Amino acid sequence: MKALVAVKRVVDYNVKVRVKADRTGVETANVKMSMNPFDEIAVEEALRLREAGKVEEIIVVSLGIQQCQETIRTALAMGADRGVLVQTDVELQPLAVAKLLKAVIDKEGPELVILGKQAIDDDCSQTGQMLAALLGWPQATFASKLVITDGSVEATREVDGGLETISFKLPAVVTTDLRLNEPRYASLPNIMKAKKKPIVTMTPEELGVDPTPRLVTLKVEEPPKRGGGVKVGSVAELVDKLKTEARVI
Amino acid sequence: MSVLVLAEHDNKALKPATLNAIAAAAEIGKAGAGDVHVLVAGKDCRPVAEAAARAAGVAKILLADDPAYEHGLAENMAPLLVKLASGYSHLLAPATTSGKNIMPRAAALLDVMQISDISGVVSADTFVRPIYAGNALATVQSRDPVKIITVRGTAFPPLDGTGSAPIEAVQGDGASGKSEFVRAELSKSERPELTSARIIISGGRGMQSGDNFHLLEKVADRLGAAVGASRAAVDAGFVPNDYQVGQTGKIVAPDLYIAVGISGAIQHLAGMKDSKVIVAINKDEEAPIFSVADYGLVGDLFKLVPELEEELGKRQQ
Repeated sequence: MKALVAVKRVVDYNVKVRVKADRTGVETANVKMSMNPFDEIAVEEALRLREAGKVEEIIVVSLGIQQCQETIRTALAMGADRGVLVQTDVELQPLAVAKLLKAVIDKEGPELVILGKQAIDDDCSQTGQMLAALLGWPQATFASKLVITDGSVEATREVDGGLETISFKLPAVVTTDLRLNEPRYASLPNIMKAKKKPIVTMTPEELGVDPTPRLVTLKVEEPPKRGGGVKVGSVAELVDKLKTEARVI
Repeated sequence: MSVLVLAEHDNKALKPATLNAIAAAAEIGKAGAGDVHVLVAGKDCRPVAEAAARAAGVAKILLADDPAYEHGLAENMAPLLVKLASGYSHLLAPATTSGKNIMPRAAALLDVMQISDISGVVSADTFVRPIYAGNALATVQSRDPVKIITVRGTAFPPLDGTGSAPIEAVQGDGASGKSEFVRAELSKSERPELTSARIIISGGRGMQSGDNFHLLEKVADRLGAAVGASRAAVDAGFVPNDYQVGQTGKIVAPDLYIAVGISGAIQHLAGMKDSKVIVAINKDEEAPIFSVADYGLVGDLFKLVPELEEELGKRQQ
């Protein structure tokens, strides 16, 4: 079967983001961009399933500006087979991404779609669930383990109280949590090879999807700063302060 | 029109996060959206509906009692919300793993964008939400006819008082047949839940092993605190995933947060920096955690934590 993995280009997780002076967003010019960390886990899971003989081909899809190609190349260098870029300069929100992915899926016919559980820029955590709804497929969000046997899946999910296991039949949508796997680094030969792998570019118009945002961002601000506190010299002093100054114990 | 809140529960008890979502719903209600109703969907869950009926600020409880809703499977729950949506201007749920799983599925079926994890209500269509791990706050306005929202519990304290709302039975379409619950392995603990605890003590990579977490547990028992962890400690296998505090784990804001052997990566700070008082215990004086801590103690945690436990014991006598 084919697996399709969606990857998002985001501000690298090590970058300390700065809010723009005009309060329209955060500074992304001259900032290091990377693949969303949860999407790396999604790519890795697809690779492991291919290595285990459960998946034959891995298609990587990214959506957004032309530079999202770099994110697709990263996934190809990890080992994915080919890429699809849905190119647009319009700000894409999860509902639009889900509709665009559905349109690509209708063309490609994968039986398994893997996405990160959330993007670390907008922190929405919606796209996988929305995509599953639009496709009418089952969803396994926040997955930490996948067992696929003859078209059936047992997925273990990280939930607030611990772990939960559900079962369903393919086709399905899975979103990844941190403990699903540890993504590999691309080797130099694979980075070279990835340059020759095909990437097809499409547009929302070609896919028949209106990507207009439904949410309007009125402003983006810095959160209130926490003042740094004091260093205390001993445990006794700490307990004193907590009792008499902070009054929290 | 009214606001509908999806209750979080385990078929026996109402989870406290529901009360935070009700508080957010009440704010939206005051901004012009009208009454707050609560949907309790589960199996043999009337006691949950009765508990929700006693919550302040609630005008009506909708009870959908059906085996299909026992485990809150999104494939079954989302169509129920869609069926009820026509009577409401807003559908809310706590931003827990359950709310995050169900609500976007319902939103897509209704062809609306979800507004995730709101931390403020500006008006009935405008909300504040953290982005970039809480390093920025976005004010967003929804153009959709129905607003689907998840609520950051720490931003909306439960309302004072009690209520006595009527309970009305509703019916959904039951099981979708798309997925089945197999089993749950839930952590059992006598301690309070992380997201509702008044005091939390968390350990990081500096704890060096899962066994060493008993040092924190002893302090927790003295203080009636919950025990949490950084992502590093969970990834290293010291403690289970449900201990994780941070951008992609649990968001907490207790009265007192004690961070032990946690360096303070932005992803961890995102989950706890709204705590009232923060204490950091770390051997590295330069650790970023000290930049948000009200009280910092530099030194060896394996010496300081037992000392802390002893000191608290002495003063309790």
